[in-house]
Amino acid sequence: MGLTRPASEIGRKPVAASTFRFEHDARQTKSTRQEMSKQGRPLSPHLSVYRWPITMTLSILHRVTGVSLSIGLIALVVWLGAIALGASSYAVLGSWMSTAIGQLLLLGWCFSFFFHLSNGVRHLFWDAGRGFEIRHAKASSWIVIVASFLLTAGYWLAIGGTL
Amino acid sequence: MSLRSPLGRVLGSGSANDGTGHWWSQRVTAVALLILGLWFLLSLLQLDGFGHAAISAWIAHPFTAVMLLLLCLTLAWHSYLGIQVVLEDYVHGPLIKVVSLLTSRFLHAFLAITAVHAILKVSLGGSA
Repeated sequence: MGLTRPASEIGRKPVAASTFRFEHDARQTKSTRQEMSKQGRPLSPHLSVYRWPITMTLSILHRVTGVSLSIGLIALVVWLGAIALGASSYAVLGSWMSTAIGQLLLLGWCFSFFFHLSNGVRHLFWDAGRGFEIRHAKASSWIVIVASFLLTAGYWLAIGGTL
Repeated sequence: MSLRSPLGRVLGSGSANDGTGHWWSQRVTAVALLILGLWFLLSLLQLDGFGHAAISAWIAHPFTAVMLLLLCLTLAWHSYLGIQVVLEDYVHGPLIKVVSLLTSRFLHAFLAITAVHAILKVSLGGSA
């Protein structure tokens, strides 16, 4: 499988074959043209031919935690707004956030923050041209995972101590 | 008609016409948020509880207000850039794409200005 899978199966529409014409190129034989425009030729990226590596998990988690933190931005603004509106509004928000769902949301944003931060630093190292070796990318993946769990647990315990 | 050569017009523009501006903004705001985000979480740890009076007094301090303003504006900007990439990647219909990008832009502007208003009100408003 893999390389011979029809493009339709990997969730990408092939570009309409008619947009790729090579008629101006006299060296192209008719059979090559037919070959090039054949429907169902493999298109990159061939994600399905790889065994799932840890780096892919981190890549998608970076995006998921980013979106989670964007929702957290809404919560941050609601928090600031409630403070500005006064003690009674702030008390209402406080009663929401002290429920199990509220605490779970806060814990989720806490983890999202530390994960996105740790993996963001990893991305900055890549931007500087460092850490591209596969073994380095794998090692830094695990460092990010362990660091984000430890930081989340540490912060959660520390902030719980002040409440 | 422009006198610039076709090559001159496209150099440095990239395929989406904004060159590396998006990429750079994302990185610069990321570094800023590394500092501002850690400042925010560490400051919360220093607070004397989370009562309304304690939080208000904390925000009323000029340094806190300035740092919170920086945090919210930088966060809104970084969030907008990130959500833009996600929408461009996953939303394909021409109309729904433009509508979702516009909605995201307006929502982020709304969040940023609301945050600024709230922080300034607590910080400058006296008896809010």
